[in-house]
Amino acid sequence: MDVSNTHMLDEAVVTTTIDTVINWGREASLWPFVFGTACCAIEFMSTAASRYDISRFGAEVLRFSPRHADLLVVAGTVSYKQAPILKQIYDQMPEPKWVIAVGACASTGGFYDNYTTLQGIDEIIPVDVYVAGCPPRPEAILDAVLDIQRQLKREPKFEVRNTEFKGKLDDV
Amino acid sequence: MMSNPISVEGSTLFTTIKNAKEQLGFTLLLDITAVDNLNRSYPTPSRFELIYILRHETFKEVQLYKVAVLDEEVGVESVSSLFGSAEWAEREVYDQYGIHFQNHKMLKRLLNHNEFVGHPLRKDYEITKGQYCTTSQDLMDEMKPLLDARNLDMNKDDLMIVNLGPSHPASHGTIRTLAALDGETIVAGAAEIGYLHRGFEKSCENHNYNQIIPYTDRLNYCSALMNNIAFSKTVEEMLDVTLPDRGIFIRIILAELSRVIDHLVCLAAGLLDMGGQTNYWYLYNPRNDAYDFLSKLTGARLTNSYMRIGGMTHDLYDGWENDLNDILTKIDFGITESLKMITHNRIYNDRIQNVSPVSASQAIDYGFTGPNLRASGVAYDLRFTDPYYYYDTFDFNMVIGSVGDTYDRMMVRFDEMNESMKIIKQAMKRIPDGEINVSDKSIIMPDKSCVYGGIEGMMNQFKLVIDGVKVPEGEHYGAFEAANGELGFYIVSDGSGTPYKVKVRPPSFYHIAAYPKIIENYQVADAIMTLGSLNIIAGEMDR
Repeated sequence: MDVSNTHMLDEAVVTTTIDTVINWGREASLWPFVFGTACCAIEFMSTAASRYDISRFGAEVLRFSPRHADLLVVAGTVSYKQAPILKQIYDQMPEPKWVIAVGACASTGGFYDNYTTLQGIDEIIPVDVYVAGCPPRPEAILDAVLDIQRQLKREPKFEVRNTEFKGKLDDV
Repeated sequence: MMSNPISVEGSTLFTTIKNAKEQLGFTLLLDITAVDNLNRSYPTPSRFELIYILRHETFKEVQLYKVAVLDEEVGVESVSSLFGSAEWAEREVYDQYGIHFQNHKMLKRLLNHNEFVGHPLRKDYEITKGQYCTTSQDLMDEMKPLLDARNLDMNKDDLMIVNLGPSHPASHGTIRTLAALDGETIVAGAAEIGYLHRGFEKSCENHNYNQIIPYTDRLNYCSALMNNIAFSKTVEEMLDVTLPDRGIFIRIILAELSRVIDHLVCLAAGLLDMGGQTNYWYLYNPRNDAYDFLSKLTGARLTNSYMRIGGMTHDLYDGWENDLNDILTKIDFGITESLKMITHNRIYNDRIQNVSPVSASQAIDYGFTGPNLRASGVAYDLRFTDPYYYYDTFDFNMVIGSVGDTYDRMMVRFDEMNESMKIIKQAMKRIPDGEINVSDKSIIMPDKSCVYGGIEGMMNQFKLVIDGVKVPEGEHYGAFEAANGELGFYIVSDGSGTPYKVKVRPPSFYHIAAYPKIIENYQVADAIMTLGSLNIIAGEMDR
């Protein structure tokens, strides 16, 4: 059906589920909060700049308050000192929310296998997409955003996600 | 070539350093660090030694002082009353090694979190022993004495405490600042760092020299190649080898290109904070073009790991001159367009002129180097005062500011980019043909054909990979004029392929130490601009 031909829709009735409609809306209006700490944050800057242009995928409204955001982009190394702050920011975000771990450090600690670096942010918060690279190219970060879009399209109903997740900082 | 430290008794340390400063003219304290002798193969007079690195007022000479610490609990006298930069340097040593400094005003942890137990750079602290942190400190223990010293009271004077960071859009990385406000004016400030402490120095002690190069990339990730070069150059000085001319010229070209792209991102982000988003596009996009060139050359956009001890992985590719010329044109266009928009722009000029000025003597006291020091009117640039790599044969100028305010710090960077591009253009004309690496089988890997084609080549490669490049026993401080200032590496070698100790002298560390002091009496909005103009890179600040 040609949707641009609007008069055809005058009498039309579309049946769908409310979830599908809302997820369809969410898909292209993700509001990311960038938790940028290190080198990966510089590559995120490139992703947001005009060459790679994250706004092509509807995710350019970068929020600097976690309370406005539904996509947490953790770009860079997270140390043990930083961990409670990341946890606090994640907790402040309203549900439903998604998390991208950008780069080796955020995913696994990377080659910083030492006394100060958290060995992957999934020790404290749930992660939906991991991006490989040190740092990943901007295309890889864009691909992660598309991955989140594909995931949230399949989100079955409205409920708090990841209720079963138990992080290392959850009981303290 | 090794550094020769002067040994000093712990009891006479303070007078020796005072004498060095006041009589001998060593006015710039570059760094303080310690060495843990626990794993030495020979007996040493004490477990810990402290190293004080000072630079002469002519900026030509560096002197190291070494003190044996007989009892780390008692420690030595603090020199923070002589040098402003010593305050945080000593705190770091206390944090990492547990050495006490007498009469230090605020001797508490700096890089590690407040729940941390033990001192990670001690040789008996296991590298992988991580410790979870559950809460952040409120920093009021630092703020209270500052307010008391100014006769201020939170309630009586109706002050407000504002916390900025560590996750804040304008903090340019993981920096936390606490500001006490009287109305809109900052009356006292305190900064907390360490949120990006990644254990660089401990990792260095567990990897061989060539394996450290990827770690150096991630110190100042805005100009990764410069860190590569600075580290390799220091180790090469210890090995007493010099690169062939082509290798040196490649390093000059890449170092200056890195300086340009480092300044580009500093200015782009700084102007973005001020609301000048158009400038951001004009300055950031040519940087992306430079990344294309670097990824074509090295395989990576940001963290290149292109250098090796004794040279680099491979030569420049065919047609690099055209690509580089193209980038220089684009960068020049970006700078010109950006300057057109800001030079006579009242918002730009009024907002940052005479904001947070740092006088020349203050800047030296704080341990400033690089563009931030030159903005204060001090003619210190290692490329002029202690030239390496033929810098004395290039025609370029040192850019000096006059007031040392936020405006000067930004404009010095604008002009330095033009000077760096002049150097690149001259180097492109002068670059000779020939070898790029030193011809020493104990340093440089053999060709692939030799490794696959003969037992000698294979063994040579095997030994270099397993044992690493063996550096003669000794210690050395090597300095390099990086984008943010003097980037130094203090390396202690025990003769093996793995360094016994590596200490980075990061320029940003000393800039952030001074930051809470220089934002006083200005507004929060000014403090944001000042932070942008100092160009703090968390990777090298926290290491």
